[in-house]
Amino acid sequence: MNRINQKLNENKKLLSIYFTAGFPNLNDTVSIIEELEKSGVDMIEIGLPFSDPLADGPTIQESSTIALANGMTTELLFEQLKNIRKTVQIPLLIMGYFNPILQFGIEKFCQKCAAIGIDGLIIPDLPVDVFEKEFQSIFAQYNLKNIFLITPQTSVERIQKIDAISDSFIYMVSSSSTTGSQNSFGEIQKNYFERIAKMNLKNPQIVGFGISNSDTFSQAIKYQKGAIIGSSFVNYLKSNAISSIAKYIKLII
Amino acid sequence: MNYKVNEQGFYGDFGGSFIPEMLYPNVEELRQNYLNYIEDPEFQAEFQQLLKDYVGRPTPLYFAERLSAKYNTKIYLKREDLCHTGAHKINNTIGQILMAKRLGKTRIIAETGAGQHGVATATVCALMGLECIVYMGEVDIERQAPNVARMKMLGAEVRPATSGSKTLKDATNEAIRDWINNPVDTYYIIGSVVGPHPYPDMVARFQSVISAEMKQQLQEKENRSNPDYVIACVGGGSNAAGAFYHFLDEKVQLIAVEAAGKGVHSGESAATSALGKIGIIHGSKTLLMQTEDGQITEPYSISAGLDYPGVGPLHAHLFASKRAEFIAITDEEAMTAGLHLCKTEGIIPAIETAHALAVLDQKQFNPNDIVIINLSGRGDKDLNTYINYFDF
Repeated sequence: MNRINQKLNENKKLLSIYFTAGFPNLNDTVSIIEELEKSGVDMIEIGLPFSDPLADGPTIQESSTIALANGMTTELLFEQLKNIRKTVQIPLLIMGYFNPILQFGIEKFCQKCAAIGIDGLIIPDLPVDVFEKEFQSIFAQYNLKNIFLITPQTSVERIQKIDAISDSFIYMVSSSSTTGSQNSFGEIQKNYFERIAKMNLKNPQIVGFGISNSDTFSQAIKYQKGAIIGSSFVNYLKSNAISSIAKYIKLII
Repeated sequence: MNYKVNEQGFYGDFGGSFIPEMLYPNVEELRQNYLNYIEDPEFQAEFQQLLKDYVGRPTPLYFAERLSAKYNTKIYLKREDLCHTGAHKINNTIGQILMAKRLGKTRIIAETGAGQHGVATATVCALMGLECIVYMGEVDIERQAPNVARMKMLGAEVRPATSGSKTLKDATNEAIRDWINNPVDTYYIIGSVVGPHPYPDMVARFQSVISAEMKQQLQEKENRSNPDYVIACVGGGSNAAGAFYHFLDEKVQLIAVEAAGKGVHSGESAATSALGKIGIIHGSKTLLMQTEDGQITEPYSISAGLDYPGVGPLHAHLFASKRAEFIAITDEEAMTAGLHLCKTEGIIPAIETAHALAVLDQKQFNPNDIVIINLSGRGDKDLNTYINYFDF
């Protein structure tokens, strides 16, 4: 079974952490992943940086720009990760925009992911219908889960369609926003979390965007299976050593 | 060969809608409604009336006698430079503001490079009394101060895009992010035939008034509705899309002119068809300038309006299918051709347009050929660039 699905079967709420590969320093990737696992994180999203990250707020735009300036490339990321499964057991996903993956070659990208032990991909600008028509079978062949996003504006019919095509978890965008835009959740979000929970979807949901502290984390996991922290962690890395990652994670869980 | 967009939003291999889920409801709402509104007689009546009384259409199709004599062929200029606000851009913003109103939106956002589309958007927002926010790269805000002032005078808020290279591509990113953050009340007026479906098709339809008028006017002047050639400059490609639109299925040779900057292979160029590879930019699969690793690169042209790393999917299709000939013109060739038009015909063209004019020096036409050049904009906004370049 895919590591993501194994993890989702565990009887606990999950914390997933996003970071941008190549930030703050080019070769931090492996040590950040190892430190996150040691700190008790359940799942990791490795950000493949892109020059034009449309869905991201200022923090991840900046970390992406710096990572690219540091010299991060798709090829180099795979090189850095080639022995990651010797030390790390938790599920690993790559989150990136479609164009760099398209240029690398979709099948070759999936092949590399499978060889390394990557479990899933999050590609925000790969539309559901294109995935279904062109890439679903390739992803399945390499046992890679593709994670789709839903937002408070996503219609019931579309959520059902996304649920049908998914077979791990659904990435629930907490509010209509780019990443990193929220400090706390209001009634609208709470109602949305509850509404989606009541839909009894076959895939559990993990909430992302706007989760930055233990308050927002506990609100997000009240109705859903887990939560993803990105911008807040990337900000932490700006001014704290990798060795102190455990301190950050303790404040959340 | 079919040059119209298909049901899925593609022109051949190009187009589609590669957008994050956060944008899906807005883009889908537009996709479901745009054709109904455009084809609605009431919408058309309002659109045509504004084009006539407010924009000043039809714009003349002018026989350029001295230019024709020099190049020994029959040259007509389609005078989009005489539109209100000084360029063809307003044809599209009038259409889209009517679309926004039909959709019940109250807040308008736009991106702009040189400021022409920003001014055209601020203008129609003032006309309709709607809130207007224009994203503009921080670098462009400094380069294009008069247009920034115009937008402010028209009541728009100009927000600097401070990410990336701080130019048009980044202003577009910021406008898209704004739309993600304001999904209910906001309408995004894209300025060119770029972006996710249905924008390229919708903008081309609004700009198609250019070629519709050309056909009618040529019939009156030459007793034939098709010229031999239509020439237009291409950044994203909205004026070219409008100038080509009604000739796509006719026996008319189409010439799209890109900015070669300091030379196609100089490393400072915006000649997307020559330098680009297929990829995804701003929600559309098209030709774009990028690194081997799929990172979008910064183009260069002396003309801010052609300074875009992609090209609309219709044009990518016209290039790939060889329906249109693509010619790249350098800064120097364009500036020379621009100044030449000033002295020969008494018309100061925008530097974007000057690229199209420079084709006359590159290509031999027959004495009996009828060549229409789309004079997409006037050069008032470019005076500083002309002054600095020629040291007036």
